[in-house]
Amino acid sequence: MASSRTAGLAALAAVVALLPLALVNNYHYEVAILVGLNAIVCVGLNLLIGYAGQISLGHAGFFGLGAYGSAILTARYGWPPLAALLAATLAVALLALAIGRPILRLRGHYLAMATLGMGVIISIVITTEDRYTGGPDGMSVPPLTLAGVALTGERPWYWVVGVLLVLAVWLARNLIDSPHGRALRALHGSEVAAEVGGIDSARHKVRVFVISAVYAAVAGSLAAHYAGFITPAKVTFFHSIELVTMVVFGGMASTFGAVVGAAVLTTLPQALTVFKEYEMVVFGGVMMLTMIFMPKGLVPTLAALAARLGKAP
Amino acid sequence: MSAQFLQFLLAGLTIGAIYALVALGFSIIYNASQVINFAQGEFVMVGGMCTVWLGNAGWPLPAAIAAAVLLAALLGLALERFAVEPARGASVVTLIIITIGASILLRGLATLVWDKKIHALKPFSGEAPIQIGGATLLPQSLWVLGVTLVVVLLLSWFFGRTLLGKALLATSHNRLAAQLVGISVRRVLLVAFSLSAALGAVAGILIAPITFTAWDVGVMLGLKGFAAAILGGMGSGPGAVVGGLALGIIEAMGAGYLSSAYKDALAFVIILAVLFFMPNGLLGRRSVDRV
Amino acid sequence: MSLLRAEGLSKDFGGVRAIESLDFEIRAGTVFSIIGPNGAGKTTLLNLLTGIYRPSAGRLWFDGHALSARAPHEFAAAGIGRTFQNLQIFFNMSALENVMAGRHLHERCGLAAALLRAPRLARAERACRSRAAELLAFVGLEAHERSAADAMPYGALKRLEIARALAGEPRLLLLDEPAAGLNPSEIRDIDRLIQRIAGLGVTVVLVEHNMKLVMGVSQHVLVLNYGRKLAEGDTETVRNDPRVIEAYLGSGGD
Repeated sequence: MASSRTAGLAALAAVVALLPLALVNNYHYEVAILVGLNAIVCVGLNLLIGYAGQISLGHAGFFGLGAYGSAILTARYGWPPLAALLAATLAVALLALAIGRPILRLRGHYLAMATLGMGVIISIVITTEDRYTGGPDGMSVPPLTLAGVALTGERPWYWVVGVLLVLAVWLARNLIDSPHGRALRALHGSEVAAEVGGIDSARHKVRVFVISAVYAAVAGSLAAHYAGFITPAKVTFFHSIELVTMVVFGGMASTFGAVVGAAVLTTLPQALTVFKEYEMVVFGGVMMLTMIFMPKGLVPTLAALAARLGKAP
Repeated sequence: MSAQFLQFLLAGLTIGAIYALVALGFSIIYNASQVINFAQGEFVMVGGMCTVWLGNAGWPLPAAIAAAVLLAALLGLALERFAVEPARGASVVTLIIITIGASILLRGLATLVWDKKIHALKPFSGEAPIQIGGATLLPQSLWVLGVTLVVVLLLSWFFGRTLLGKALLATSHNRLAAQLVGISVRRVLLVAFSLSAALGAVAGILIAPITFTAWDVGVMLGLKGFAAAILGGMGSGPGAVVGGLALGIIEAMGAGYLSSAYKDALAFVIILAVLFFMPNGLLGRRSVDRV
Repeated sequence: MSLLRAEGLSKDFGGVRAIESLDFEIRAGTVFSIIGPNGAGKTTLLNLLTGIYRPSAGRLWFDGHALSARAPHEFAAAGIGRTFQNLQIFFNMSALENVMAGRHLHERCGLAAALLRAPRLARAERACRSRAAELLAFVGLEAHERSAADAMPYGALKRLEIARALAGEPRLLLLDEPAAGLNPSEIRDIDRLIQRIAGLGVTVVLVEHNMKLVMGVSQHVLVLNYGRKLAEGDTETVRNDPRVIEAYLGSGGD
């Protein structure tokens, strides 16, 4: 178990380090950075959906609050970007903590709808309070500064996001391989048996909810600084769905699956801009077909296939 | 009763009736299959858009309406047969993603087959507003309320008096028992989906002359219909109607007296409030889990 | 010495009185069986003793103190463990991980230590893993250490649940029909296992239909019927009680 973990992490680090050899122009770097940012959100979301067996259709809300939090504090109040990022992330963590308890008492469809409601409310508030947020047109965001030096340009951002992605995966895997991770998987397996075994399922659910919200908020802050601009389009129900689809497509209960899912479903629409009109049809079709024929997700399905082929004479 | 209050009330009842129809669609499918059909709003969209298109192509209105409802029903059948049925027994998350994928697919098809513009449907019987106690009422609103009432009555006859309707109810109460008495669950599911789709389409057609129609009207209407279903009690027919009307009125009053900017948020605040404090809604059944 | 005492315990579900005014006492170090026809309230009683249901009336004492636990995990922390009539195995984990999950109460691990993988944690994980392996061997499942739970046979899963419950080091272990669905040879294994568990000093409460198993392994038997106490005593007393015989219409074991 431990060896496969380090192997996976090393493989990811290798991919991050070597990928620039295949990236030809700024556009490629841009896509890679987007993949990395989505992957960070998905790794956190996967802890909630894949391991703990919960669901959230509103995580774009946390992403958006992180983004707008950073944007507003830096653009309107002149805060240093890192301080703004920390403050925004802390605020999101507190919100997730406050709303997590009542929301996670719900199960299945009800939990899905409650998180959806939460996400949409956040999105409506952001769109409506245009004095702070610039409304539907969005607002511009000053660049991220590290020790006084502004982070601009595709290549520096690529490395920042790459390193943070590896860090995000490392933290997530550590959590999973700890008693906390077992508690999460246990309550996913059978909540009543977990409780009877001494696991405070409510507390663990809220905790993983907060952790996944923090992942989303950090990614959101970074995304805002990278793009130099943020609009409510990133805070919509549709974006929440995209994130869940990436997690489920890549593989539930598989951190690397979450990364793969983010990679595939971020690059797919980019590749599809050639067929711009068919984008929705293809995306919807992909979602349906994968869930019908590959419900465990891409990485676990391929892993199982590889295991079966390995056993064949 | 002040004229303003009456105005808001009538507007709320009108949109509330639409929410009720959409909510009924949700409840029927949920009862039969335990699936929350996130594509429900898209049937509403198909109803309105198809009618507009056929109307513009020269079809007389009644024919266009009938064809649009039929198309929606067929799409409902297809959704059940090709998306939900193959994933029977899958987890909640999987089923949610499938129906969301279907809704995205349908929206994409709508932009290809029709277009991305906003369209108006001609009101069924003219535009001359009717004065009632100082408030104005559009004739189309009367159509909305009237047709909704007729539909609700037809549905209660269907579920209460016909064999097929009772089979639907039986399946929703206890699928295994229903199968054991010879009810074809497959057929019941197909009926549930096409019926719900037809209901959605009717709602879309009724409201199109008032609020216009476009490829993406389904999203919000679907979500609000869902909020209405939860408010009234998921799976309860009368609950769907009560929830829909209540939501419509709350929205109209909220927009009128509080803040029109946050009108859309009300439905979702209601979702959260209901789920937190009375998850079975106003009229829903309490369920007991056995361990 | 009294480990668990119930006084006036009752449970209503809407209009149905599932448990009515139960008084009983479980002495430490014994095997205490609860029997009764189907629907007598045996599993409901277990659910009350583990916090899955809240009593409508009555009180519980555990180890001399009033039991103030509210949620099931608090009952577990007090020292009460259980298995389930309908298997509640963590099918998304391996056999070993199931048992390791059962040790949750005995693993102190802060969130930061988990996220940053403190060296202390690696040692604790190893200790947890080896203890879990010991427990698997104790219940006779050493061959399944690496097995995925969803690949194991039914009889093995029944014993896995027991291993998982033992991992919590309970003072009181509630077994809900551990012999259900097992063949005679497997039932004999369960019989021996229960005796081994009792030999560890764990007080065992056994809910069972298999009379041969119950009569062979128990020191004390409580008979429930329609949620009420019908009879109570040692195995001989209960076996010959005419009310018990009547309630069962012949208490044939197999």
